[in-house]
Amino acid sequence: MGKVVINPARCKGCKLCIEVCPRNVLVPSSKNNHLGIYVVEPKKVGECTGCSRCAMICPDVAIEVYR
Amino acid sequence: MSKILMCGNEVIGEAAVQAGCRHYFGYPITPQNELTAYMARRMEEVGGVFLQSESELAAINMVLGASACGARAMTSSSSPGISLKQEGISYIAGMELPAVVVNVMRGGPGLGNIAPSQSDYFQAVKGGGHGDYRLIVLAPSCSQELYDLTALAFDLADTYRNPVMILADGMLGQMMEPVTLKKINSKRVKKPWVLTGAKNRPARMLRSLFLEAGALEKHNEKLQEKYRRIKAKEVRCETYNISRAEVIVVAYGSSARLTKAAVKMAEERGIKAGYIKPITLWPFPEEVFINEKDKDKRYLVVEMNEGQMVEDVERCAGDRKRVSFYGHAGGWIPQVEDIFKRIKKLV
Amino acid sequence: MKKVFGRTRTLRDTHTHYCPGCGHGIAHRLVAEVIDELGIRERTIGIAPVGCAVLAYYYWDLDICEAPHGRPPAVATGMKSVNPKNIVFTYQGDGDLAAIGFNETIHAANRGENITVIFINNAIYGMTGGQMAPTTLCGQVTATTPSGRNAERYGQPIHVAELLGHLPGVTFSSRVALSDIPNIMKTKQAIKKAFQAQMDGKGFSIVEVLSPCPTYWRKTPVEALKFIKKDMTKIFPLGVFKE
Repeated sequence: MGKVVINPARCKGCKLCIEVCPRNVLVPSSKNNHLGIYVVEPKKVGECTGCSRCAMICPDVAIEVYR
Repeated sequence: MSKILMCGNEVIGEAAVQAGCRHYFGYPITPQNELTAYMARRMEEVGGVFLQSESELAAINMVLGASACGARAMTSSSSPGISLKQEGISYIAGMELPAVVVNVMRGGPGLGNIAPSQSDYFQAVKGGGHGDYRLIVLAPSCSQELYDLTALAFDLADTYRNPVMILADGMLGQMMEPVTLKKINSKRVKKPWVLTGAKNRPARMLRSLFLEAGALEKHNEKLQEKYRRIKAKEVRCETYNISRAEVIVVAYGSSARLTKAAVKMAEERGIKAGYIKPITLWPFPEEVFINEKDKDKRYLVVEMNEGQMVEDVERCAGDRKRVSFYGHAGGWIPQVEDIFKRIKKLV
Repeated sequence: MKKVFGRTRTLRDTHTHYCPGCGHGIAHRLVAEVIDELGIRERTIGIAPVGCAVLAYYYWDLDICEAPHGRPPAVATGMKSVNPKNIVFTYQGDGDLAAIGFNETIHAANRGENITVIFINNAIYGMTGGQMAPTTLCGQVTATTPSGRNAERYGQPIHVAELLGHLPGVTFSSRVALSDIPNIMKTKQAIKKAFQAQMDGKGFSIVEVLSPCPTYWRKTPVEALKFIKKDMTKIFPLGVFKE
């Protein structure tokens, strides 16, 4: 059981995290951040194992992972 | 204290050692090679760092790095090599780092020749590299001044966090002359900006890049304020008989030595002559000219180039008709008799 | 729940100017994590390059200095000569290191300067608008090679890690890639080895990092990582060339 916390202020919407998530936890959202970027957010939160792959590939260190 | 006979280039090196310079980086070029070799030998003796770099570009950037970490660092070269160092000098000025750069000038442009010259006045005094910055430029005219001014250069560099250039030439560098190697009491300047690793304090940053709106303008204004302080406090100049003279010869470095002899010759023949020898080329001794109220006085500027400092004299004298020039580029050295003849013509 | 992944001490919590999907952000994080894991932050001095990473000094909470384009190895040489106990590293792009500053690179390496170089190879000039780099692949379209890099005109891309690996002064030379999770982990290991080599006083260490530039590769961030894996690593094989 894991949890990801995405800081919308840091997310640039590159979607690399979505690509590497083995459980398809993450999705592009319809929410803008202050830069007008559609940020990524966790959706299927119960699926998250806390593997941290999303955080490891995030170029903006926008993701914190809990387990 | 007794005098010893030493080659000019080595005098510069010994002054640097005595002033606490323990980091020298350089690339060989004539006519300053004795300085590089001297530093190689002396740094071994005093436990300093000597490094023959792969280029002048590398040398000046090694100076940048050593200075950023708090060392008194120096490099030296001659005209073509100094051109290569201009990039680094601009960064050092922009980053406000102390550094001492020695230029033992030779003939130019391009590869020119290896004879003495003063053709790098514009480069040293008016910029050389890009951006609105100033070097403090010291112009020694004898071995004793090579020693004293090199030591002073390190103090000025540290005090103002600014690069300082010793502008010598091949004649001064190669010449053997008696010199007193006085004990140098270097100024100890605190450097709270030095990079040592961010231990028990906030991290430090040294940069010349200011991209935020208005930040570069602000940084430049800070630099200009510093340059105004230097101008107010650090002008150095030697004058002789200027209140009584009808003709005042203006010269620095090697040409100033010959000028002194010519002025003496003129006096012996009943001509009222004097001289102004700027020691700091930047800041230029403007006040000496501006304060001269007698508008009948003539200035004769003697330079081993095609006329560079003469533009500053014209600017400060306020009347170009009062200013004459005598000089040539390409390794030419003025003769005392010829300077005398020109003094005589102006009376 | 326990936090298992967060921002490391040396990486400032700030917005970076990098484009979405740019590899610099990952590389910055790995360098910061290595510095913190080795416990050397308080004696480390970084040197930022000219190029996209010119603002790196905003992102690392370290003593840090800029250098003229291509000159970081010379600046590092000067720094290290003042206090050899400082850990000094440069972070340079392919223009900085392999074009304008190749002389400084080769000679610092050959002298065996005890410094660490993080070399970001993204086969393009990002900051100036996507021009050809010395490492641009043949056929790769850039702003200055509109028909693709032509080997007859510009030669083949330069292989920095292999070249430097030949020099006796180099103690560690490796090429890694930010193409996927396993390779990102290998990149971190290589960076750690490079810093460790410096801590052990072994000499010059360099890590060449193949890094994505989605903007000037005209690709999505996901496509950019695939390009590294499929195309770039064919020309730039990963591995350790000196250890």
